[in-house]
Amino acid sequence: MLALTRTLAVARKELLQLRRDRLTLAMMAALPIAQLLLFGYAIDTDVRHVPAVVWDQDRSAASRDFAQGLQATGFYDFKGQVRDGAEIERAFRSGRAQVALVIPPRFEAALAQGRPEPVQLIVDGSDPQTVGSATSTAQGLAAARSPRAPQLRVEPVNWYNPDLKTSTNIVPGLVGVILTMTMVMLTAMAIARERERGTLEQLIVSPLRRSELVVGKIAPYVAIGFLQMTLILLLGRVIFGVPFRGSIALLYCAALIFIAANLALGLLFSTLARTQQQAMQMSFFFLLPNILLSGFMFPFEAMPPAAQALSQALPLTHFLRIVRGVVLKAAELPDVAGELGWLGALLLVLSSAATLRFRKKLD
Amino acid sequence: MTAENEVIVSTEHLSRRFGDLVAVRDLSLEIRRGEIFGVLGPNGAGKSTTIRMLCGILDPTSGRGTVVGFDLARGAEQIKARIGYMTQRFSLYEDLTVIENLRFYAGLYGLAAARREDRVRFSLERSGLASRRGQIAGTLSGGWKQRVALACATIHQPPLLFLDEPTAGVDPVSRREFWERIHALAEAGTTVLVTTHYMDEAERCHRLAFIFRGGLLDVGTPTEIVARRGLRVAELEVDDAVPAAARLRQLPEVDEVAHYGHTLRLATVGGVDPEALARAQLGAQVRSSRAARATVEDAFVSMVRSEGA
Ligand SMILES: Nc1ncnc2c1ncn2[C@@H]1O[C@H](COP(=O)(O)OP(=O)(O)O)[C@@H](O)[C@H]1O
Ligand SMILES: [Mg+2]
Repeated sequence: MLALTRTLAVARKELLQLRRDRLTLAMMAALPIAQLLLFGYAIDTDVRHVPAVVWDQDRSAASRDFAQGLQATGFYDFKGQVRDGAEIERAFRSGRAQVALVIPPRFEAALAQGRPEPVQLIVDGSDPQTVGSATSTAQGLAAARSPRAPQLRVEPVNWYNPDLKTSTNIVPGLVGVILTMTMVMLTAMAIARERERGTLEQLIVSPLRRSELVVGKIAPYVAIGFLQMTLILLLGRVIFGVPFRGSIALLYCAALIFIAANLALGLLFSTLARTQQQAMQMSFFFLLPNILLSGFMFPFEAMPPAAQALSQALPLTHFLRIVRGVVLKAAELPDVAGELGWLGALLLVLSSAATLRFRKKLD
Repeated sequence: MTAENEVIVSTEHLSRRFGDLVAVRDLSLEIRRGEIFGVLGPNGAGKSTTIRMLCGILDPTSGRGTVVGFDLARGAEQIKARIGYMTQRFSLYEDLTVIENLRFYAGLYGLAAARREDRVRFSLERSGLASRRGQIAGTLSGGWKQRVALACATIHQPPLLFLDEPTAGVDPVSRREFWERIHALAEAGTTVLVTTHYMDEAERCHRLAFIFRGGLLDVGTPTEIVARRGLRVAELEVDDAVPAAARLRQLPEVDEVAHYGHTLRLATVGGVDPEALARAQLGAQVRSSRAARATVEDAFVSMVRSEGA
């Protein structure tokens, strides 16, 4: 079905053109680094001064002391007292607070008796970056006080986001986002450029098959995608200490399918656009739902069902789960098989659509 | 298969519309193997549209055609493997070098690696491009780009070659060399369909088709076409060229009067002797006269005039 000579001719030509296109090459390298630093450091500064409220049910010296200890970490800014759960909810909804400290009645008495008495830390999980840090700070404080009060325990309760996410989520997530951004854009330009420069007519007048064109155009960019992913993961490790716990081979296999799916989508855009500029606009337009719906910024679980359904159609949604699973939780093939299946199906649909859309005619 | 006079392109009532515009109307043609077939017509006449239909990249609105033995409607992909096409703007990859362009087109037509290098080397030498092999195509001048484009379009040795205004914007020396290449290809058995609006190039074709506003006005050898118009031409030296030309233009037997300084070029129809006519009309104003050969240009202008009127 594929003639190797023709497919290779296209792939080689793409590589040659890419090699001469210094600007695009520089962008491919600069984009991941810039994004990583932006997102990475944004997280680091965000996790200070989280607005918090206190529901002190004990109103004792010990409870006030504990709350002041938390404030002293610089992590929380206490905005005042609340008197019930409904008030916490209002504070969360209005954004007045993201964290609520609930100190139970008889806190002081329990400490004095050496009974374990959990303190509750309610966290607004819809901003996942705060969740991990919020709880770990409080737990740290509790541990620091342990010599005096070994029974003190902080029991984090995470609202809106049961799948406790930490800031390290961002770096693996960025792998997916950056690949989506660059891969779709690269191929979206690929056919539009030929059309603009008049070389498309030469391509469609040749015996080149549609599938050969699609494969030949996609193949060289897969390599670039792998390089970008490696760069992000390495920098994430060096700069932000993001661990890599799972199987590298599994991640790269998944990435291959993911990258190819994005490239096929870019080609599809390319067949729809008349100019490179239109192709570029389509790519940007596509990026938005990816960032919003894929679970990169907002937890999947917090989205309405319609948005959840829509997000299943985005390759990024599935790849994010795989990359987070493999990198952070050492997920194995059986754990991610379902998501891999989704990616494979999307690749099939997108590449068929691109092939069918590309007609070897001028109109 | 290689018999002389074998028909390699034939169309019947081929038409193509773009919305309300009829770009090609009811075109019926036959082109034989080894011919250099010229398609002449002003801008917008439908030359490129015709070529695109014959190449299988534009579907006709109606009519049918056969190219290299395959039907246009069903065999477009088979046709594509057997033709070469040089588009109106030489569509080279301007960011690739000469040799990279050649290699790409060789690969595109499925030439395997060993044969590809042979063909590329041969093409470079044949086109005088060997010294420019490493130059980025975008930095070549018009004449060189045209050579590269032709080399690319013929890298797979197609039996049928379509050239769409291949000499537009190319200097006269390059044009001459280009036509030598075309004749060499034709002698080697390649059929060439070439569009142009240079009349000197039209004279170099074996046969010509005149198209105007999508319609075919005439087909034949240059001599036949000129003869069919029944034109006789004379060149006259006159004293007062402008009023003399105006006066001659009034006459029904005059097809065309052009003047260059004191020289008038007078073409008449219906076998009327232009020299006698001029002397009868202008008398002693005519200082000298001599008969001239009617050219394809005369025929073309005459045809377009009578159509356009
Ligand atoms: N893709 C198209 N869409 C609409 N009109 C077109 C298209 N291609 C050509 N035309 C029109 O068809 C006519 C013939 O064009 P063309 O074949 O390019 O002429 P030529 O090559 O003889 O200059 C022109 O009026 C042109 O504007
Ligand atoms: Mg044209």
